[in-house]
Amino acid sequence: MTDLLAWLSGIALVFGCFFFVAGTLGLLRFPDVYSRLHAVTKADTLGLGLVVLGLSLRAESWHAIAIMFAVWLLVMASSTTACQLLARYQREQDRNPEQEDDDALP
Amino acid sequence: MLSLELLFDITLSVLLLILAGTALHVRHLYTGIVLFVAFGLLLAITWARLGAPDLALAEAAIGAGLTGVLLLAALARIGPEPPPRRPPARALSAGVLGVLVLILLIRAVLPLEQGPQPLPGLVSAHLDTSGVSHPVTAVLLNFRAWDTLLELVVLLLAVLGVRQLQPAGYKQAHAWTLLRAWSRILAPLSVIIAGYLLWRGSHAPGGAFQAGALLAAGIVLLRLAGLLPVLRWDDWPMRALVLMGIVVFLGIAAAGAWLGSGWLNYPPQWSGNLILLIEVAATLSIAASLSLLVIGEREELGT
Repeated sequence: MTDLLAWLSGIALVFGCFFFVAGTLGLLRFPDVYSRLHAVTKADTLGLGLVVLGLSLRAESWHAIAIMFAVWLLVMASSTTACQLLARYQREQDRNPEQEDDDALP
Repeated sequence: MLSLELLFDITLSVLLLILAGTALHVRHLYTGIVLFVAFGLLLAITWARLGAPDLALAEAAIGAGLTGVLLLAALARIGPEPPPRRPPARALSAGVLGVLVLILLIRAVLPLEQGPQPLPGLVSAHLDTSGVSHPVTAVLLNFRAWDTLLELVVLLLAVLGVRQLQPAGYKQAHAWTLLRAWSRILAPLSVIIAGYLLWRGSHAPGGAFQAGALLAAGIVLLRLAGLLPVLRWDDWPMRALVLMGIVVFLGIAAAGAWLGSGWLNYPPQWSGNLILLIEVAATLSIAASLSLLVIGEREELGT
């Protein structure tokens, strides 16, 4: 039983790391803001979710699992909100590009 | 297993050096600030690895979070960047200063090589009389309370200095419904966690600065979403909040000097409650000061 749990946890951790690496690659290589946001939020939600799942299978107590789950929920909600805000900002920039913009990346 | 940990530590150290170097020498200030925030987060992990969770919390909340926000706000105000120029005299003086600081740091670190130091033993010997059970809090608010008091004064001076500069505002995008909804959930959470950190500070890592920074984050979020009115130094409740920490701290110190055993010497039977009182007042003051620093007097936000 413990062997099975350890295997399952290892698989989840490896998949989680895969999503983080894929998200980072996407952030670096994708052409525009929208697809980069897609890649990065995918890493945040799926990658962190799988890592939390993997660690939960090894956790000593329900308390630790609950804390990790809460962290995952908070990160997921924050990154979704931040993604929406960035994407909307970019869309407004696309619509009226002549507007002056001090904050944008040079 | 040890080699894995060593590998992690070496990676961390190398990444820290790379981030520090690039943050200083990158061409665009914006990239430099982003790298500086990343540097602060990695530094927080480093403190945690070194077994100093107090410093890790403070570094993550204040070093990376708050300083990053302040730097970004300053960058938005200065407009187009001037072309970077580095006269050789400045580079030379920076180098000399760096070497001097390095010598000071090495002098501070070298004694650790020669076995255990007397200070930790002294602190744990007097921990019972300090009124708290966490050694870091005992040092910060009892044995070396002068330092903490002066830190609060430094923060007040920073708020006053920013007020003197009267920074111009910048245009702020309309606050979206999603941000409002999420900040309505997040702000109460920040209040709860700040209260938890403050309460925990007496027996575990945590304390006034970390709790104040978290509270300020909640206030800034609500203000950015347009859910709070403009924060002004001219409103007397705001001034009272900002000054409260120093006033309470000085009041307790003066009362000790006048009636008790001396300046900042608490009577042992009350010291726990006095430290809690100071911490609560300091947390509220720090939260008010930090929020004023970031979003004070800015009417154009969240319209």
